[in-house]
Amino acid sequence: MTETNPTSSIELLTFQLAEQEYSLDIMSVREIRGWTRATPLPQAPRYMKGVINLRGTVLPVMDLAERLGLPPRAQSDRAVIIVVKHDECMTGLLVDAVSDIIALTSDDLQPPPDGSAGGGGVVSALTLIDDRMIRVLDLGATINVGEGLAA
Amino acid sequence: MSEQNDPMAEIRASFFIECEELLESLQDGLQIMDEGADDSETINIVFRAVHSIKGGAGAFGLEFLVRFAHRYETVLDEVRAERLAVTPEALKVFYQAADHLSDLVRISRDNLPAPEERTQALLEALSAFLGDSDELADAPEEEIDFKPMGISLDLGTDGGDGPDLADLEGLPPLPPLPELDAPGTRHYQIRFTPMAELFETGNEPALLLRNLQALGEMHVTCDTSAVPELAQLVPEIPHLTWDITLETEAEEAEIASIFEFVEGLCRLDIISDADAEPPGTVIAAVDPTAPEMPEAAEAEVPQAPEGLSAPEPLPEQEKEPTAKPAPAPPKPAAQAPPTAKTIVRVDIDRIERLVNLVGELVINQAMLSQSLEQSGLSPHSDAMNGLEEFQRLTRDIQDSVMMIRAQPVKSLFQRMSRIVREASGAVDKDVRLIVHGEDTEVDKTVIERLADPLTHMIRNAVDHGLESKSARLAAGKPEQGQVNLSAAHRSGRVIIEISDDGAGINRPKVQQLAIDKGLIPPDAVLSDTEIDNLLFMPGFSTADKVSDLSGRGVGMDVVRTAIQALGGRITTTSQPGEGTTFSISLPLTLAVLDGMVVEVADETLVLPLNVVVETLTLEAGDVQMLRPGRNVVRVRSGFVPLLDLGGALGYRAPLEDMTGAVVLLIGQEDGSNAALMIDNIVDQRQVVIKGLDESFHRAPGIAAATILGDGQIALILDPSDIISNAMSAHLTVAPQTRAEGAIA
Amino acid sequence: MSLEILAVDDSRTMRDMIRLALLPAGFTVHTADDGVHGVEVLDGIEPDAIITDINMPRMDGFGFIDAVRGQDRHRATPILVLTTEAAPELKQRARAAGATGWIVKPFDPEKLVKALQMIAS
Repeated sequence: MTETNPTSSIELLTFQLAEQEYSLDIMSVREIRGWTRATPLPQAPRYMKGVINLRGTVLPVMDLAERLGLPPRAQSDRAVIIVVKHDECMTGLLVDAVSDIIALTSDDLQPPPDGSAGGGGVVSALTLIDDRMIRVLDLGATINVGEGLAA
Repeated sequence: MSEQNDPMAEIRASFFIECEELLESLQDGLQIMDEGADDSETINIVFRAVHSIKGGAGAFGLEFLVRFAHRYETVLDEVRAERLAVTPEALKVFYQAADHLSDLVRISRDNLPAPEERTQALLEALSAFLGDSDELADAPEEEIDFKPMGISLDLGTDGGDGPDLADLEGLPPLPPLPELDAPGTRHYQIRFTPMAELFETGNEPALLLRNLQALGEMHVTCDTSAVPELAQLVPEIPHLTWDITLETEAEEAEIASIFEFVEGLCRLDIISDADAEPPGTVIAAVDPTAPEMPEAAEAEVPQAPEGLSAPEPLPEQEKEPTAKPAPAPPKPAAQAPPTAKTIVRVDIDRIERLVNLVGELVINQAMLSQSLEQSGLSPHSDAMNGLEEFQRLTRDIQDSVMMIRAQPVKSLFQRMSRIVREASGAVDKDVRLIVHGEDTEVDKTVIERLADPLTHMIRNAVDHGLESKSARLAAGKPEQGQVNLSAAHRSGRVIIEISDDGAGINRPKVQQLAIDKGLIPPDAVLSDTEIDNLLFMPGFSTADKVSDLSGRGVGMDVVRTAIQALGGRITTTSQPGEGTTFSISLPLTLAVLDGMVVEVADETLVLPLNVVVETLTLEAGDVQMLRPGRNVVRVRSGFVPLLDLGGALGYRAPLEDMTGAVVLLIGQEDGSNAALMIDNIVDQRQVVIKGLDESFHRAPGIAAATILGDGQIALILDPSDIISNAMSAHLTVAPQTRAEGAIA
Repeated sequence: MSLEILAVDDSRTMRDMIRLALLPAGFTVHTADDGVHGVEVLDGIEPDAIITDINMPRMDGFGFIDAVRGQDRHRATPILVLTTEAAPELKQRARAAGATGWIVKPFDPEKLVKALQMIAS
């Protein structure tokens, strides 16, 4: 990725959640791995699927659809865990399926019409690819649930 | 910081590490002196610590550190020479000076500005112990004397080779008097008669002449008239006199400096042709190096005892009746290193790597064991025997690696003694800190992460725990309060206790405060223990006003969180009028655990093996209901509260029929037992602890996680936490409070 | 002139400094942590000169010099005392114990080298 363009270019990993398309900045994605059973954490919120073994480290896994308050659906066999890193913290995000990697410039992004659109301010921008609307997630707001949103 | 290629920077860094060690032995020594010992070795240790810091500091040009250490050392030298008695007042200043020295070391290390005011105040306090004459003579001199430059050896060169002469020519000429032919050549007549002692010091006339020759053109004649008959000749006693004429540009002082080491060991006359003085200037009286250092009374130092002669066993108990509930180990003896141990310094990253690798090895071994067992091999097969050996070796390696990381808690405790001194000074209380078990070894990381919580608790003990002087006297207690800090290994854990002999927890006040803050309902009926536990609730602080000391925006809840993050627990007990004890129980290491692997509601869980007192299988009639939701199980003649682990963790609804279930009797910190019901026991094995940080929504009772042989993650439980949570769930709102992060 | 030196000092920093000063001059440097250790190390080497600190645990510099001078083969080995003090009594005492010379800490590396070259043959 070169920085010659004044309007900076970004790459997004797009994926599906309950028939909708979401995306994350590819720079925060560490790896994508198949679903394995997670060890549940007692008294954790519903969207916490539990923890899995990622090559010797304990990785918390979050069901992203639950986290965003999307309607419940059966877990497909295409479900995967996107391992992301945010503020030195690794987290797994369970999504229905990974779609694509798209490259675009910041000009292609537009703020969501309503600031609070989608799951408590976690959608930071919208973009259109082939007439499909793709939601760009704010990773920090998605993961750091405990802070600021606590009851 | 320190560049790899700059050896000075490396030595500087290592100097500051050494300083930490020296400061530690300084504190130790003072502590021993405080306990009444006055043997010379202890005082020597204290003296040497300060002395070595000064020596190193000089090498790095850390002048204010040198200056302070010098004064401190001078006073300690008076003690060493038995000219100054170690009074309580003196010790107080010594402690303060030690604290300040430690500050100055850190300030020097971090290149921070020196705290002039405090330094000056302590310098004066130290000087007060010195006699007037000493002090006055000392003050102006030391500034000059300890500039970080060697001054004793403005010497010539060896062998008379060229470069050194060139070097000498390069010296700025410093004629003390206007000479007639100042820059030019001078002629010296030197008469030199070595005495017998010269040889006993390893000096060698031939070398002196060689060094002299290097200064210029030299002619030597030897006067052998004093040589006795061969038969009486003792080879080592000199009988010769050398007459030397030297033509050189060197100053007389330079020539004299060649003879510096033998001054007094020979007859020496140097006559310069430039001298207007009468011949025969005996330079033996001249000391080119030493502006006098009047008080460095090395001459009176007793020889350090050779070997390990421990100071005579003083009847310490009698000397210090209040200080010691239990006889302390013979500390002075422990101070003298028994043998010169070889110590290797290793980068902590390398150890971390090794620890991690061993962790992987343990997991790998567990996986291998599991697959071998499933393969149906005979337990007597070579493979299974080999596996057993492999397991044993793995465990040994693991133990050894953990030993590398283990450190005595001493350095931590020493920091606390300083906290006590500072805190008691700030609130005008007289407090004595009594420390036990400082040799107890704990994982280095645990020690580091204990510093903050412990500091806070010690401050609390001084500030809130102990009463004011007047209140103590009114209560019939001695004016001096006591804070005890102890460490001990107990059943595979480290127990650290902080206790005071203060007024105890004011329970009515605590409860009222909790009600006022809305932490508990106004009509709650709480047991003493439950009230005490309110201290740990977020948002609780007993102080009416935020005091300078402990009210720094953190409460005991933060302490508890920090302890829990280490896999530890904290409990408190208190007796009104007698004091409060906080007890911290910690795992020995953060890396491994002897675990019992169990199944509950299809989940695999691990419990620390050392808390499981007994296992039993429930039979009909064993379980009695106390009230709905609260059962007890009969164990022999007693009843023990029973908890379904599956229910407590929210894995399942409470079971109706418990017959056939397995029950683990869990020993609690307070000595009582509780029973946890599980489905079955899978295994007992060592597991590698994987930490869970706060972002994991860690529930109470979940201490950590581990990876099992099948690669699955199992949670490691803290059964005591689970039990106390479940038992107090009906009383306080604590569970909801704890779960706050979980409610999005 | 390359010399073999034994340096005895209980301070690691000092030992490092001495090593750093002497190695570039091509000297071979052995070190020991205190007098007792010094005597042990001395057993296996033939140093051209010895440097020793005074204040050390177990056996101090005076005791060490005594012990060295007590050995026949080291009766004439040059010994430099390292001291932070320039006190005359100290020198007197060091000399009485058999020290060849002294050098005041902190030392200038070049001067330490020169001093050693001057007292060692």
